[in-house]
Amino acid sequence: MSAAPDRRTGELAGEWTGERTGAQILWEALRREGVEVVFGYPGGAIMPAYDALLDSPIRHVLVRHEQGAAHMADGYARASGRVGVAVATSGPGATNLVTGIATAMLDSVPIVCITGQVSSHVIGSDAFQETDITGVTLPITKHNYLVTRADQIAPTIREAFYIARSGRPGPVLVDITKDAQQRKAEVAWSETPVSVNLRGYRPEHTAGDADLARAAAMIDAAKRPVILAGHGIVKAGASALLGELVERTGIPVAATLLGLGGFPASHPLSLGMMGMHGEAWVNHAIQEADLLLALGMRFDDRVTGNPATYAVSAKKIHCELDPAEINKVVRVDLALVGDVAQTLRALLPRVARAERRAWIDRIAELKGDSAVRDIQRMPHDGRLFAAHVMHDLWRITEGKALVVTDVGQHQMWEAQYYKHDHPRKLLTSGGLGTMGFALPAAIGARFADPGAEIWVVAGDGGFQMTACELSTVAQEGIKLCVAIINNGYLGMVRQWQEFFYDGRYSATPLRSPDFVKLAEAHGLTGLRVTRREEVEGAVAAARAAPGTVVIDFRVEQEDAVYPMVPAGADLHDMIRRPSPIVETADD
Amino acid sequence: MTESRLRTFIAYVEDLPGVLNRVTSLFRRRSYNIESLAVGRTHEPGVSRMTLVLEADDDGARRIEANLYKLVNVLRVEDTAQRATVARELALVKVRANAGSRPSVMQICEVFRARVIDVGPEALICEITGQAAKIDGFADVLAPFGVLEMVRTGAVAMVRSAETSERDLVDEPPGARDAA
Repeated sequence: MSAAPDRRTGELAGEWTGERTGAQILWEALRREGVEVVFGYPGGAIMPAYDALLDSPIRHVLVRHEQGAAHMADGYARASGRVGVAVATSGPGATNLVTGIATAMLDSVPIVCITGQVSSHVIGSDAFQETDITGVTLPITKHNYLVTRADQIAPTIREAFYIARSGRPGPVLVDITKDAQQRKAEVAWSETPVSVNLRGYRPEHTAGDADLARAAAMIDAAKRPVILAGHGIVKAGASALLGELVERTGIPVAATLLGLGGFPASHPLSLGMMGMHGEAWVNHAIQEADLLLALGMRFDDRVTGNPATYAVSAKKIHCELDPAEINKVVRVDLALVGDVAQTLRALLPRVARAERRAWIDRIAELKGDSAVRDIQRMPHDGRLFAAHVMHDLWRITEGKALVVTDVGQHQMWEAQYYKHDHPRKLLTSGGLGTMGFALPAAIGARFADPGAEIWVVAGDGGFQMTACELSTVAQEGIKLCVAIINNGYLGMVRQWQEFFYDGRYSATPLRSPDFVKLAEAHGLTGLRVTRREEVEGAVAAARAAPGTVVIDFRVEQEDAVYPMVPAGADLHDMIRRPSPIVETADD
Repeated sequence: MTESRLRTFIAYVEDLPGVLNRVTSLFRRRSYNIESLAVGRTHEPGVSRMTLVLEADDDGARRIEANLYKLVNVLRVEDTAQRATVARELALVKVRANAGSRPSVMQICEVFRARVIDVGPEALICEITGQAAKIDGFADVLAPFGVLEMVRTGAVAMVRSAETSERDLVDEPPGARDAA
């Protein structure tokens, strides 16, 4: 190795020539992609790579289950905007990644998964720990590779990273046979990166001038427009451009779950989250709109409700990078296919300045009409509501924490009550809805953003799915704050059973371990909160502690997330908050 | 929204292991039923050509095209509904025919421009080329004699004139630019 790699900058520099093993080539190829940390678990078919790892500057984080490795890579990628890397062995190691890969696929997160494979001469013989992982992951990766020769490793890694991060990002899996890791190949890396030659892959699109002009005319003509801001805003780094568009046009912004933080929640024209658990005024505004400007979102069924009755009086402009999303769920009047930042940049000078006072007043009226649970005025009768916890957490952390949620009721309460003003500060599994995501994704985020205050918000159910990663936290000396919203049920399923299955609680009551003791068993700190007035002290203690603190919030057991658009119902047809809970309009 | 109908797509793909699987997996995953699929080499080394027939409306067709383009190994896609195209299918039909009925069967073959490629004491094998409807018609007419076996290749299609060729594969931008 002629040049020492620059670990901090990940510069793709340094000449590296001569004969090397595939395993050595693998780590050097990863380093040249700027990889500083990988999340993985060793095993038979990946052992040559793990041996060579000892001579690489890349840091390895030993997970407790490969699903955690994929989620960590995912959390790293979401928090940093860079490609996250997971490593696993063949067979069960590889199949354990599957949930994490599918999670990244549905939310378009760039990760590269490296798996070991049995040696090329025994592929197809049902060898020990052999699984056709490229076959298994075909529908849940953006692309995948089976590498059987040492000399293919470097170009494949280069392609894999390029595919993962370019265009609409997504997971790429590289399956490398054991003999390809062991054999030697001649390498000749120069100062300049190897170029990628993928003749069939053209991920970039640009919206045409005529369409941009049409879009601007539609926007200018709109009396009741709403911007639908999705994950694409966050991914494209288009928050500032979106801000400019809003300042210029006075159009209010509704966000998808993954779009939260893409536009500041504290902005007067921020409506909040749309869809199944969006506030009533947001969904009503969408239903009353005469123009929807969809930016980097894909009209997920959790966002539209019944597509047949979705925003029927609105013309729709869809700014989206992936042409396959156009007219998939909702038929649109105009598609601007391209990077959303690029599209906004081109659109901005074409749209007229406007205020749209009447429409903003109308939304304010809707908001006044729509009841909001006023957290501060909720009765202090000894009960602790999850909404309390989220609201207090937001207040105490001044809305600045990086919050990683799991999936379920707590996820929706977080989305409703923790107001995110900045992108990449809420990491959550939206498309796949993967329970067990939060803790490992937060570990990944920690490596992406060492200085951030990170809160894991998880339910008692989801937390137990990947609670083993507390050991990873302990071994790596990672600082996280963990809030378990413990209601003794699989809460969201329980809520559906309450609403739609006559309250028949099938398999939803849940007995959990003592989370305080669980934390302590890992050498971490555990706290328990059962009353509202204890929230502040516990949150402050968790923030101040040098190490990871797990707080077991024992919340109201049969609380539900409101409002709720039942699956497949019309977006305006919401189940509203029940009367016993105090509601006001001045939240 | 337009009516769903059978449509023919031509996809030029890199001739690599697993590419056929990627294409068929895409249709399975998106719940499109493939009516027929024919794959073969082209005159350009390393490029295979797939002719896919499946049912879709206009929006569906655009999404099929866009989804095919998302596959890294797909070089170009043509929706033949957009262009003047010739499509042909080949079928082999084994039909019951003894000395008595043989002349009638052979007469039908002549009318359909089918060829008899094997004669046995109790059966004939006929080879017919044409559009799917012609082959359907041929099979219907032979049915009373007793069709013992039939195999069809599925359609292969080609755009008329010199307006396209595989030489354009790299230069042509993806076709989803006017997606709406």
